[in-house]
Amino acid sequence: MPVDYLPILVMIAIVTAFAVIALTLSAMTGPRRPNPTKLSPYESGMPPFGSARRRFSIKYYLTAVLFILFDIEIIFFYPWAVLFRDLGWFGLSAMGTFMLVLLIGYVYVWRKGGFEWD
Amino acid sequence: MSLSVPDLNFRVIAPALIVALTALIVLLAELVTPAPRKRWLGVLGLIGLLIAAGATVGLWGAPASAFGGMVVADNFGLFLTLVILLGAALSILLALDFVRAHRVDQGEYYVLVLFAVVGMILMATATDLIVIFLALELLSLPLYILAAFKRADARSLEAGLKYFLLGAFSSAFFLYGIAFIFGGTGTTNLMKIADALAKNPRNDLLLVGAGLLLVGFAFKVALVPFHWWTPDVYDGAPTAVTAFMSVGVKAAAFGAFFRAFLVALPAFAFDWRIVLAALAVLTMTLGNVAALLQSNVKRMLAYSSIAHAGYILIALVAMGASGLSSALFYLLAYTLTNLGAFGAVIALSDGERERLEIRDWGGAARQYPFIAAMFAIFMLSLAGFPPLAGFTGKFLIFSAAVETGWAWLAVIGVLNSLVSAYFYLRPIVQMYMSEPVPGWDRIRVAPLVALALVLALIGVIALGLYPTPAIVMATGGFLR
Repeated sequence: MPVDYLPILVMIAIVTAFAVIALTLSAMTGPRRPNPTKLSPYESGMPPFGSARRRFSIKYYLTAVLFILFDIEIIFFYPWAVLFRDLGWFGLSAMGTFMLVLLIGYVYVWRKGGFEWD
Repeated sequence: MSLSVPDLNFRVIAPALIVALTALIVLLAELVTPAPRKRWLGVLGLIGLLIAAGATVGLWGAPASAFGGMVVADNFGLFLTLVILLGAALSILLALDFVRAHRVDQGEYYVLVLFAVVGMILMATATDLIVIFLALELLSLPLYILAAFKRADARSLEAGLKYFLLGAFSSAFFLYGIAFIFGGTGTTNLMKIADALAKNPRNDLLLVGAGLLLVGFAFKVALVPFHWWTPDVYDGAPTAVTAFMSVGVKAAAFGAFFRAFLVALPAFAFDWRIVLAALAVLTMTLGNVAALLQSNVKRMLAYSSIAHAGYILIALVAMGASGLSSALFYLLAYTLTNLGAFGAVIALSDGERERLEIRDWGGAARQYPFIAAMFAIFMLSLAGFPPLAGFTGKFLIFSAAVETGWAWLAVIGVLNSLVSAYFYLRPIVQMYMSEPVPGWDRIRVAPLVALALVLALIGVIALGLYPTPAIVMATGGFLR
């Protein structure tokens, strides 16, 4: 029934109103004292300079790929952990096999020096 | 709450599992193998491939499906598994000395080949579009790296990058096609798609999906007009890698291509047969005509592989049992012959300097009579001269086409074979009738490469003279 989706419509209205009101109020009432640091895109101390198309060191890429690999491993662990009891020994052995394969990859990367920056 | 565990029959995927396990073992062994002994890792890989071939033979004759109808071990899939294992084993034999000559003597080479083989086997035996897609990626990713394996060589890197970009592009088409098919039928299982079609034959979403799927397959097996990557990639990649991917990818991708169209979409056969017949004509003609103009042996073999994809496509248009078995036989013959041809290029190379231009082959018959004779036989087999494997394969495909009422397609195929004879004979003429080219006379042919060539030669001649056992093996068909 379309009427079942009414709460979602109300939610969208409230969120939009909240965002508009908060931004308007802060723009009207807040003090404004800009300085170069505040206006920079990232206030992290890292000055953003040059074109985004310059070449990056391949080391960032390797680190990012390794991070994604082991990060996604964790994503697989969550649903398994939630259903740990229902899945029983079958789940445990399947996850064990999965971890073993990943572990072999981990040992390979480690021994090849993939975790060293220099 | 209870969860249903799908029917886990690991026996059905034993060949792929054995190869995967071998790959992991080789990966670990790579860490403890000192640099001069890296070739033993290749030998380890060969042993794994042999065991997997034994397991495949053990599964023969008892078709079984497993994992909720996702993978099947029928005679069609097992035959292709054997072809893939044979191709991989021969290409590892070719690579053992090649990687050393080209200073890329690393264990990862064999690991990547083995992982690609796992993908190929799964692709040939998968009966679910999602598994086919996963297998496609599993075979493609190692091949992208292998194409760029000679890191110091800009042309190898170029080949790897081109292959990766176009391969990723075609994967997107493929996946989009799967999404449409799922939208049209509510399933990705090939048999269930056929059932859904039988109930509701007018299904426009599925038609769009089938078209996109066709584009994805056409990229992978290099059908015109989706062939543009082939010459550059085959030319730039290290020759041993080119040899492997020219046969392995064709066998695996054609396996899934045939299965997807013949198992899931026979209800649309009237529509797609005409499209595929047109593609086959284009592919054969353009492949052969472009090959006429090449002066580089690797590029010529690349265009020749495009033309051969066109011949195999005729078998899909013909459908039926005879089309299926002729395609399987052709893939086996093509695997042996093409590996032999690339193997001869490797055998007569001088370290990193390869005999790539056709004029470099001048007088090779006087300097290296045995290798030159074998190369000539492989060329004749590719051209389809009797009594070699290539002739039997073409004969089976063309007669399957005539049987099913596609005589005009067979005629175009025969005319194309005639055209192709010209460029296959060119290196032979050069080898036997020209003066030797200076600077190519001190080559030591590696014994393992010679062994691979002799094995391929025995296969090519045996399949030509006595094809019956292979034809009988190829007539198993699908498990439905």
